[in-house]
Order: sequence, then C-alpha cells, then structure tokens
Amino acid sequence: MAEEQKKKLCRFWIWALSSVAFRLILISFPGNLNLSSRPEVSTPLTSIRRLAEGYWLKQASMSPYAGSMYHGSPLLLSVLGPLTVQRIKGQPSHLLCSLVFVIADILSAMLLRGIGQKLQMAYGLNARLLGFLKSSRDKVILPCGDIAALVYLWNPFTIVSCVGLSTSPIEDLAVILALFGAVTRRVPLAAFGLVIATHLSLYPATLTIPIIFLLGYGLDAPPIKLFLQTRSVENEETSTSTVSKQAKLKQTTHIPFLWKTVAHFLFWVLLWSLYVLVLCALSLNKYGGLEEMFKRTYGFILSIEDLSPNIGVFWYFFAEVFDFFRNFFLIVFHVNILFMLLPLAIRLKHRPCFLALIYLAISSILKSYPSVGDSALYLSLWALFVNELIDMKFSFFLFCGYLGISLLSPVMHNLWIWRGTGNANFYFGNAIGYACFQIVFVVESVSAMLNHDRALKRSNSNHREVKS
Amino acid sequence: MASLLRSLILLLIVQSFLVAIAFGSNEVEEFSEALLLKPLPDRKVLAHFHFENRAPPSNSHGRHHHLFPKAISQLVQKFRVKEMELSFTQGRWNHEHWGGFDPLSSMNAKPVGVELWAVFDVPQSQVDTSWKNLTHALSGLFCASINFLESSTSYAAPTWGFGPNSNKLRYGSLPREAVCTENLTPWLKLLPCRDKDGISALMNRPSVYRGFYHSQRLHLSTVESGQEVLGSGIVLEQTLTVVLQPETTSVESNMQPSWSLSSLFGRKVVGRCVLTKSSNVYLQLEGLLGHELKNVDTEIEAHELWKNAEFELSLKPERVLRESSSFLFIFDIDKSSDSEPFDIGLTWKLPSKWSCQQAPLHASRFLMGSGNERGAIAILLKATESQEKLSGRDLTNGHCTIKANIFQIFPWYIKVYYHTLQIFVDQQQTTDSEVLKKINVSPSTDKVSSGMMEMMLELPCEVKSVAISIEYDKGFLHIDEYPPDANQGFDIPSALISFPNHHASLDFQEELSKSPLLSSFKENSLVRSYTEVLLVPLTTPDFSMPYNVITITCTIFALYFGSLLNVLRRRIGEEERFLKSQGKKTGGLKQLLSRITAKIRGRPIEEQSSSESPAAQSSVLSSKLIFKIILVAGAAAAWQYFSTDK
Repeated sequence: MAEEQKKKLCRFWIWALSSVAFRLILISFPGNLNLSSRPEVSTPLTSIRRLAEGYWLKQASMSPYAGSMYHGSPLLLSVLGPLTVQRIKGQPSHLLCSLVFVIADILSAMLLRGIGQKLQMAYGLNARLLGFLKSSRDKVILPCGDIAALVYLWNPFTIVSCVGLSTSPIEDLAVILALFGAVTRRVPLAAFGLVIATHLSLYPATLTIPIIFLLGYGLDAPPIKLFLQTRSVENEETSTSTVSKQAKLKQTTHIPFLWKTVAHFLFWVLLWSLYVLVLCALSLNKYGGLEEMFKRTYGFILSIEDLSPNIGVFWYFFAEVFDFFRNFFLIVFHVNILFMLLPLAIRLKHRPCFLALIYLAISSILKSYPSVGDSALYLSLWALFVNELIDMKFSFFLFCGYLGISLLSPVMHNLWIWRGTGNANFYFGNAIGYACFQIVFVVESVSAMLNHDRALKRSNSNHREVKS
Repeated sequence: MASLLRSLILLLIVQSFLVAIAFGSNEVEEFSEALLLKPLPDRKVLAHFHFENRAPPSNSHGRHHHLFPKAISQLVQKFRVKEMELSFTQGRWNHEHWGGFDPLSSMNAKPVGVELWAVFDVPQSQVDTSWKNLTHALSGLFCASINFLESSTSYAAPTWGFGPNSNKLRYGSLPREAVCTENLTPWLKLLPCRDKDGISALMNRPSVYRGFYHSQRLHLSTVESGQEVLGSGIVLEQTLTVVLQPETTSVESNMQPSWSLSSLFGRKVVGRCVLTKSSNVYLQLEGLLGHELKNVDTEIEAHELWKNAEFELSLKPERVLRESSSFLFIFDIDKSSDSEPFDIGLTWKLPSKWSCQQAPLHASRFLMGSGNERGAIAILLKATESQEKLSGRDLTNGHCTIKANIFQIFPWYIKVYYHTLQIFVDQQQTTDSEVLKKINVSPSTDKVSSGMMEMMLELPCEVKSVAISIEYDKGFLHIDEYPPDANQGFDIPSALISFPNHHASLDFQEELSKSPLLSSFKENSLVRSYTEVLLVPLTTPDFSMPYNVITITCTIFALYFGSLLNVLRRRIGEEERFLKSQGKKTGGLKQLLSRITAKIRGRPIEEQSSSESPAAQSSVLSSKLIFKIILVAGAAAAWQYFSTDK
C-alpha cells in the first residue's frame, strides 16, 4: 500500500514538473506567442503592457495613473515594474516577468495541494464520524489536493494566462493564499491573502464571509444535523437516561463558533489593510495619493470605463446602452453579485470552502473585466471537491462548452477585429455563451453539493434504520 | 481759491498735454496689400496674397475703427488674446518641390483642415475658459466647426514643442474640416475693400479652389505700446496661399508653362484698393535662374533683366531686388486703370529647371500594423539633398548636430504606449538618451483629454534617416461617440516637426519698413513642416443592436439569478416528506389534488416505485429546464441577429 502511495506521489511530481517545464518552453518563445494581447487573457486591469506603461510614466516622474493606461496596484508596479524594463540579451523581453508568473503558479498549485490534503482529511474524518467509512480502505477517497494542483497546473486557461503575461496568476495566488491560511488556521496569513487579493482586484472582498466561516466553524463538513442524528442514535444505544441525552443534545445543537479567532482575523485584516494603504500612500505621495489610486483602480472597475472587448458581456452592453440608463445598469449589475451572497452563505455555511469557490465563480461571471485567469482559479478550486461533486450533472456538456468557447473566441475575434468580415455580435454571442456555461456550472455545482448533502442524510437515515 | 483755480488750470493743461501725447502717438490705422507670385519647379505657380491691417494702440474701449475690422478687435479685447493664428487649408504642401526652407513655406504650409492656436493674456486658471469662448466666437465668425475644439479631448497645451514657449498657449486642429468658399467670404469681409477692389479682386472662387493647395490664414498679434494708458495695438495679418496649375499649350514636356494673372485667375487687377497704404505685386524667381544670371550686375541691368533669353515678363518691373539665390521683381499696380488693367505674365523661352531650398529633414508619417485592435505610428525623417548647404547647425559639442522638435497630439481613442517609443537612426536602433534630448508627454485620459507628446531630437548632421515608432491600442467607443460615417475612420492630427536651430529668412536688403510682406520675410521664422494627417479605422459595434443587447444580457442575468435562487430554495426531501405525511393523513382526495397540482406544474408525479431517486430526477428536470431556456434564448438571439442583419 505504501509503495502504491509512493508511486502516486512520484507520478504527481512528474506531472507537476512537466507542467512547469512546459511553461518554461512556452515562455522562451519570442513574442510570447502573441498571447499577451489576447483580450481573453489580458484585461485592462491585468495587462503587463499597461503595467510597463505605468512604470514608464512613473520613471518619467509622472503619476502612473496619468492618462488611462494603468489601473493596477502601485505595489505590483514597484514589484513587477523594474522587471519589465530589464532585458537579458538574446532572450525574449519580459522573460523575468514570465518567470515570476511561473513561480506564482507553482506556489498556487502547492498551496492548493495543501488545502486539498486538509479537505481530504476532513472528508475522511467526517465520513468515519458518520459511520459510512469504517476504515480508510473501505471506500476510495480521491486525493483531491493532488488533483486540484494538477488541474491548476495543466489547465490551459492557467497556462495561457501565465504565459500570456497577465497579472492574474498573482491575483489567483493571493486568493489561494487567503484560503490556505484559513484552512490551516493561520489567521495572519489568511488576512494577508484576503487583503492583498482585494487590493489587487476588489472582487475577492466577498471571500471575507467564507473565510470567517472557515475560521469560525472549521472545515467543510456535512450539515451539523446529521451529526446530531448520528450522535442521538449512538446515545440511544449507549444511555437510556433522557436527562443526559438532553444535556448532550443541548451541547451540540449549537455549533461552536470561534468568536475569538474571527476577532483575531478581523484585527489582522485591519492591520494588513492599514499596512497596504500606508505602502501605497508612500509610493504615491509624490503624485495623486490614495484618492487618485482608488479612483483609478476601484473606480475604473466599478464604472466600467474601458469598452474594449473581453470575454465578459459588460463591454458590449455598456457600449450600446443609452447613456441615461448607464448608471442604473451599473448599479444593477454590481448589486447582482451582492444579492447572491446572503442566500448562498445561509445555505452553504457548513461548507465554507465550497462557498468561496461559488463566490469566485459568480464574481468571474459578473466581473467588469473578466479573463480566463479567473475561470482557471475557480475550475481548479472545483477540483478540490471531486469527492463531493462526483455526480455533478452536465459535466461533459460543460466541458465541451468551455472547450468550444475557448476555440471559438479567437476565431470570432479574428473575424471581427482583424479580418473585418464579422461584426461585434459574433464575439458578443461567444461571450454570451461563455456566461451561460458559467451560470450552468455554478448552478449545477451548487445543486450537486446540496444533493450530496441530501444523499448523505438519506443514507444516514437508512443506516440508522438498519441499525435499529 | 486762487490756488485752487491755479491747480485746476494746471490739471487741465497737464490733461490736454497728455491727450495731445496720446493723439500724437496715435498713428493712423494702416492697411496694405501685396501679392507674391512664384513659379514652382514642378510647373505650378504659387500665388500668395498678403494683407496687413494695423490698429495702433488706443486707450478707449469700443472705439471706432476706420479700417480695422471691429469683430477682431472686440475678440482681442474680450478674450485678451495675445497672439492667435487660424488657418484653413485644403491640400498638402509639397515640401520637396515647393520649398521647405523659406519664410513662405514655414509660415504658410499648414496642416489640412483647420488649425488654431492662441496665446492668452489671462491668469493661468482662466486660459481654458478663454480658449473655449474664443473657439465659439471664431466658429461663428468664420462659419466653421471650430467650436469642436472646445472639448478638452481635441486641444492641447504644448510647452516647448510648438513654436512660442508659453504656458498660456493652446493648440488645436480639426483635420476633417472641409474648407470652402463659406470660410473665405467671412475672411474677405475683414478686408476694407473685401474682394471688390485691389488685389483681392483676383480671388475668383472657381480658380482659387481649383488649385492644388490653398491655405487661408489669419494671424493676429497684439503690440504692447509700453504705456499703460494706451493699451495695446493689434496687427492683423491675413494671407491666402494658393498653388495653381497654369494651363499649358506647349507640347514640350520640359518647358515651364507660361502664364499670366488673367490666365491663372480669370481676372485682372483694376486699380488698387483706395484704402491701402501700399499695394504691390511681387514676382519671385529663384534657384537656377539666379545661378545663370549671377554675373549680371543687378543694379545696372535691372531694366534689362525682365527680358532675357530665358524668359520674358509682360510688364517692366519697377525695381528688381536680389537675394542670395533669388530675384524679386516689384510691380506697382497704381498705374493700372479700367482701360489698362494690370496683368503680369511670364513667358518662358527656354526649358529651365531649378530646385527649391529644403528643410534639413523631410518628414513623413505613416501607420503600421493591420487590424482594428492595435498598431503603431511611425514618423520618418529623411535627410534632404540640400542639407549640406544649410547653415544653422549646432557646433557646440565639437560635432555638428541638427535639432528637431516633434510635436504630436493623439486623440484619446489612440491609446499610446509611450514606453514602446523606439528611435532608429540610419536603421540602427538607438537607446533613447543618444539622440532623444528631451521628451515631454502628457498621456491621454479616456473621454477627457487628448494626449500630447513633445520630443527634442539631436541628430548628427550626416544622418540619412531617422525613424520614430510608437505603438498604440485602438479604443472602443460608445455608439453615441461615433460620427455619422463611422466606418470612414478617425483622423490623427498632423505632427509638427520644427528645427529650432534653423531659421528661414529672405533679406532683400531694401525697403524694410515699406512693405509688410518683405519685412515679414526678413524676420527669422522657425523652419517647420507638418506631416500628413492619418486616418485610423476604428472598430464599430453594431449600431442597430442596443435593444437586443440590453434584452439578451438582462435575460442572461435573470437566468443566473432565477436558477441559482431556485436551486438554493428547493428542499426536495422536505417537500417529499410533507407530501407523504399529507397523503397519509387525508387519503385519496388530497393525493389526487396534489397529483393535479403536480401536473399543472409540469412535474411528473413522484412515484414511489420509480427506481431513480426523486431528488436526482427533479434536479435533472430543473437542469433540463435551464437547458431549454438557454436553447430558446439562443434561438431568439440568433433569430434577432439574422433578422436585423437583413
């Protein structure tokens, strides 16, 4: 058995290393295969060209936000900026940046693996507690950490956004870091990841809720009711005294919510955000300061000023919508993200990691400037739940949909922009299709997870009946 | 009392004295007209009309003008314009054949369309408001869409790249503006004699607009009197430059065409405008002619020069002046009358060839790349042949250098990546600091302001070519922002290349103050050349789609919201249990009812015997429902698209 495990581990490392090698081969191609200018890969927020422009402006002692080129974080600018200028002779430009992105990808994959191992352990433990699994050999628990890491490393979306020089690998890393910190109960790390992710792209701010749940309630588990039922069955078996039973029930109906940890977490969030703000203010104090930064980053995200095509639907919508409706629709579309937070949080509070995945998927649908990097993130997080979501509906249909969209999108873009034989509707139709597939993905994942819980409950009751 | 009276008298005397001084210094308003004719090497003829109107400094507001146009003086007073130039141009100045290194070309070779720049004498904060008001006033005055320069996306504030160094300078140009006779008529209205009399009577509209190039320019500058009481005087300079092709009858291809005023314009000059101070016609011959006639002593042979073996003028010039390489024949139109109109003609007898002096570098600009997503702008500076002859090189560092300033405005929808600026000297890429001495960039903000780039290059004299390239992304506009003919493309205004160390002047040594045209030639003028206007096609959205896009997108979001909420809300187990318990309690009737409601809802009746678990079944159903909705929405979208496309 140990040998088999060793073999599996060996295979995992071979695959992981080969993906890294594949990336290295791709980045050594001159011109980066022109991926960096694909609208699917680099958005106005994540494009490295815009970052280089911002750095150039800063070097020319102008505000990096002068003009409307750069909309990213000033911290990213001071980290990645110098790398965009440095060239190694005989190597393609931006090689150093690409290397940074490859490292970010590797780190993300490793952190995902860590999250997956924790989740796998929790899954096994819960199954044993509920009595489905007498021993770990009884039913095969898939090594979801390894699977997620490999899905992340070999996902074409991830590869494309890593090789295509968009800063989304770093944003993804920050998000995964936050989740990893929460899963392993490293509170400062979780707070740091959350603050950085929010600072970089705003939307991960929604992850505050799942992270608080993670820290407060612990890892993903079946609904607490099941445990109560199981325990009550056991109680019935062991003790017949009603008094003790009631006392025990009273103890367990309240899931212990660790207020202390959460307060600790919030304190760290405050600390880190202060730290980040101070750093930003320091790097921008010669120019417009923090006010300009918020206006040019978050303001740019929220007001959807750039109407250049991407795989979302907003660019065409706001290029076409009548001006006097613009503000109304801006509010409606942004509020759409917020509307779903509460119902999802109520229904999935026992599975905070999965909740985080759903939040990320939703924000990637409703984002102002989505890119495939966002999809790469939620798809690999999805792979963390292979055990639970193993009988998800339409997975093949969705797979084909994603594949078709990613093949059709460049074709439609080429027809419209480069050849001029198609028009904007071609590409927009593609974006609509992509949005539909993502919606189906989210809805199906949620319903599969709820069904899984139901199935657990049912089998639990069957189990109980058998026992009694 | 007596002292009071005395002081009063004294005051009166002083006052009258002051008034006398004021009147004494108060020169009369002067108006002068001139026409310069110049045969060009490529068998064309340049005619340059020059009108100058001077209003002396005066202390009273709203005073009466004798000659000076009231509209202009009001403009100057209202907006406190220090200097202003407005030009309407159609056609492109051919720097290779028509010259690039003489005052005529450096002042009158203008970019296509409308160009306006103005320096204001107001506090820095009010400059933009003054500019906006000025554009509106000029728009009304000249029947042109100059008011489009009001928006901050179309003008810029150059600091040093454009000629005059001032932080109160605003520059804007409209390349698309069609220039025609409706712009010329108001321009002519500013002249005291309009086009009824004098030289301006030659401006026959069909012949003026038939030319290869015509540029009407209005330049006004205020002259400080030095006295606070007097305020400032105004000099208004109006020029019209046309390049015409004389009709030739000779078969020989290398023979220059002969022409006369009447053959060029279809009109003759009948007397001068009586309000002018001076009214002259000049004929400038340059280049090879001078070389051939070098041995001739002009002072003595002036009267013979106009009739020689090579060419013959139809009239005897008053005087002949010579500059280093050109001759100037001066004619006075005073003598002409109704019976004997003034009609100068030039007849060539021998084939002749000459070339014009050219700017040190010839500039051209072009677009690179294809597609509607991104591209690059390249400016190519090529050394001209005449470079060796030129003076004005900078020999400061021991080696000879040419300085060139490049000034360029980018509209916001051309999103320029300034970090991609590359300079190639003689096809070798150079690092920026070698030739690029100074650069000033103000990047464009989307829908708010246009971008501007000023560069100072210092090039070695022996340079053959310099290429500057800069990459850009094309912007995507809201449908309302596209002009009516969106697929025509958008114009990038001309870049201006000026050579700060090179100054063009023609010094004819004589009569400095007499003729404003010649004195303006004598002034050192900056050598400038404008590049072509570029046409950038931008991607257009489908203009007929707004409703479809709104409905389809909203459908998608409704789908997302509805289906997700549905999944979250549904508790199949509980429903089932509830139904079961209800059925057990009440028996047949309720069960029937529930069956009916189930049927109405479109759900199959959940039968206990079915092998599949009901939860899974209904989830399949909901997914099917979603799939159906998507299918219907897709079909509707496709139908909409194809029906609108037809």
